[in-house]
Amino acid sequence: MTIGRNLVDIGYMDTLASGDSPLHRLDARAKIFTTFLLIIAVVSFDKYVVSALAPFFLYPVFLVVVGGLPSGYIARKVLLVAPFAVLVGVFNPFLDRQVLFHLGAAGVTGGWVSFASILARFALTVSAALALFSITGINSLCEALARSGVPRPFVVQLLFLNRYLFVLTGEAERISRARALRSCGGTKMGLRVFTQIVGHLLLRTLDRAERVYRAMRCRGFDGHIRIVKSSGIGRPEIVFMLGWAVLFAIFRFVNVSLVLGEAVEGFIR
Amino acid sequence: MHMADALISPAVGGTMWVISGGLIAFSAKKVREEADDRKIPLMGVLGAFIFAAQMLNFSIPGTGSSGHLGGGMILAILLGPWSAFLVMASVLAVQALFFADGGLLALGCNIFNLGFFTCFLAYPFIYKQIAGNSAGKKRILLGATLAGILGLQFGAFGVVLETVFSGISELPFRTFILMMQPIHLGIGVVEGLVTSSVVMFVMKVRPEILTAVVEKAPIGVSIKKTALSLAAAAVFTGAALSWFASADPDGLEWAMLRTSGKEKLESNGKVHGFLASLQEKTAFLPDYGFKKSIAEPGVAIKEGEQEGGAGPGAEATWPAVDPGTSTAGLVGGFITLLAVAVTGFALKRRKIAA
Amino acid sequence: MSHYMVEADDLQYSYPDGTEALGGISFLIARGESVALVGENGAGKSTLLQHFTGCLFPSGGLLKIAGLPVDRQNLSAVRRSVGMVFQNPDDQLFMPTVFEDVAFGLLNLGVPEAELEGKVMAALETVGAAHLRGRPPYRLSQGEKRTTAIAGVLAMSPDILVMDEPTSSLDPMSRRRLIALLKTFRHTKIIATHDLDFALETCQRTIVIHRGKVTADSSTAEVFRNAELLRRSSLEAPASILQRPCCGGAV
Repeated sequence: MTIGRNLVDIGYMDTLASGDSPLHRLDARAKIFTTFLLIIAVVSFDKYVVSALAPFFLYPVFLVVVGGLPSGYIARKVLLVAPFAVLVGVFNPFLDRQVLFHLGAAGVTGGWVSFASILARFALTVSAALALFSITGINSLCEALARSGVPRPFVVQLLFLNRYLFVLTGEAERISRARALRSCGGTKMGLRVFTQIVGHLLLRTLDRAERVYRAMRCRGFDGHIRIVKSSGIGRPEIVFMLGWAVLFAIFRFVNVSLVLGEAVEGFIR
Repeated sequence: MHMADALISPAVGGTMWVISGGLIAFSAKKVREEADDRKIPLMGVLGAFIFAAQMLNFSIPGTGSSGHLGGGMILAILLGPWSAFLVMASVLAVQALFFADGGLLALGCNIFNLGFFTCFLAYPFIYKQIAGNSAGKKRILLGATLAGILGLQFGAFGVVLETVFSGISELPFRTFILMMQPIHLGIGVVEGLVTSSVVMFVMKVRPEILTAVVEKAPIGVSIKKTALSLAAAAVFTGAALSWFASADPDGLEWAMLRTSGKEKLESNGKVHGFLASLQEKTAFLPDYGFKKSIAEPGVAIKEGEQEGGAGPGAEATWPAVDPGTSTAGLVGGFITLLAVAVTGFALKRRKIAA
Repeated sequence: MSHYMVEADDLQYSYPDGTEALGGISFLIARGESVALVGENGAGKSTLLQHFTGCLFPSGGLLKIAGLPVDRQNLSAVRRSVGMVFQNPDDQLFMPTVFEDVAFGLLNLGVPEAELEGKVMAALETVGAAHLRGRPPYRLSQGEKRTTAIAGVLAMSPDILVMDEPTSSLDPMSRRRLIALLKTFRHTKIIATHDLDFALETCQRTIVIHRGKVTADSSTAEVFRNAELLRRSSLEAPASILQRPCCGGAV
């Protein structure tokens, strides 16, 4: 995990969030709620379910296309974090060897099915969440949180963290690069150098915090951060939330894939 | 250590969300009561600092692998437990939102595993007791290392419990534990070392920072203190008991060395029953391995024994599967995915045309 | 009621560890004056600036802003009169977007939301940054950050504008734009700067600080023509004077 790439990542995500599409204009709360519905629906399935998960992909695809997000981008990010799911799920085929059904001559064990299920859930939940936040951006998110009753100190914390994320990661990158340039060949730093860098970074951070505080006081800061409100929940939001909720309910309780598959097989016969 | 949504059941995820949410609300209340304006920019900037620091890797001497700073301890030392918890929660939230580092449903779990134990257990009960106000190098090193170990052991254990209770992964409890705990022991030691060296650095260069913070930090709660330690003890003993109970013969033999045979079998049944009823209450769809064990006490839970299929009297752990249904399901699944892709393209076309 | 905007009378300040930063500074600044504060690093400029905003209180002597002594009682009134633009705009632009940052001060003053839009946009338009309203600060260039910070301060309608090294890290174009902008302001201005050409162009009066004391206080042109004074204060004449032999420059 290199610093540079991550900086570009957050910056890029934020650029995407300042785009303009019907989805961008929706109140963040509607989008967050719907995505949560998806995650809960997907995650509530039994461990051996795979095909029933397929129709849910409609949601992230919808977000990507209507939100104008670059499709390869989300897919790449999902692949990037996939190893973790693979790591924990990969034991399943070894531990669960009860054959569930046969594909032609080969028997497919429960372990493989549940492994596939894990991967599918993973792809769904991660892509939906990434798409959501590529469209929403942290500022709208924080406003949504504040208006939903999340404690103010936490929301303010998220805002400030986001504000200074670049500044600090930029500093860390610069110090790190300076060190790398002066360490002939040795790429990894030892504990002592790391401590020096982190220590200095910490001190500079504390100084900065003091300066920011001063700047805030000079402009009348009295302990309350007041957030400017934007649009509210209207008809488009209700339509969005209800529509997807209905779809998710259908997908959850009716195995659409099965229905389609049986129809096709029946048709072939 | 960041958990993903794919491995969590809604029940576990939801419960942890409620717990973490409550902790956030409570910490926010405490921070507001402190009414220290200075903390507002400080917490934000320190959160960004933790982020940046976590991106720097260093090589762990002797192992050749690289490590990075967790940061919870440093936050707690600089800010006190409540603010530190909020900062950790915010860092984890941003990691989940923008880096997909940890799922959204699992965020509650992650905040608890990585925030609660460090800020409310390891810091006040270990670090502060050992290193607290005095500035001795040895005490800082000892306190930070022990606190790091404790915090990470509990955190790792939390991950194991949450994954196992969700029942999505087939990883058996014991294997998971044996995987997680030793690794995180090492990580805990490293965390402690790094924390103590950073603290000592700051002390050498700008000692007044630490003394100022230490004086301002609110003294710990008294009733809550006992409650917390009791809760921690309960978690730990519950886990230890279930480990004994679920163990295959080796572990049982070891337990036998300490207790008489009868006692062992009795506690076996009791804990089995307890865990099974717990599972029933928490599991969304209760067709997991635990249930099987009620019918056959002594059979290992979720071990490879499932290979042989369900034993006599045990319930089937999965719905009867008709081969025909499965292939139809697969075919249908592919067709659905295709349909989704086509819909996507169609929408895109419409967008460009519009 | 004095008609001076800033009155310093034997102003002294020592750090908590005892080091003396300001050893008795006195000057008077009238309404509408533009005053440059120059001096080498460590001379005490920043310390003095912090007194103007009430971030520091004098250890001895007196400082009055708009007739009010700077102390804990008058703090909010003083801060409403003085608008400070910090050296590092990242320290000052702490809200998520440009609009919200400029609105920050206004909201703290209790301006109702209905008037907010008008006042924020007016300030942004004055500095030519209206198009940046939705941008997050980390996606602004140095020059844009500087002007946004100024807008944030302007929005609060201060009587006195205090600036700390406003041209540092600005490219020539942005610097030129800043000079043009400042020339349109009627506020009383106090600008601490190393950029002596900038001081020459924007401020009629210059106060030279050296080791916590005032070593010169007169018109900018006079100060910069006094080679001996500049040398003693560890300064040198700005390039625009150095290249004109009739003004005392070498060439």
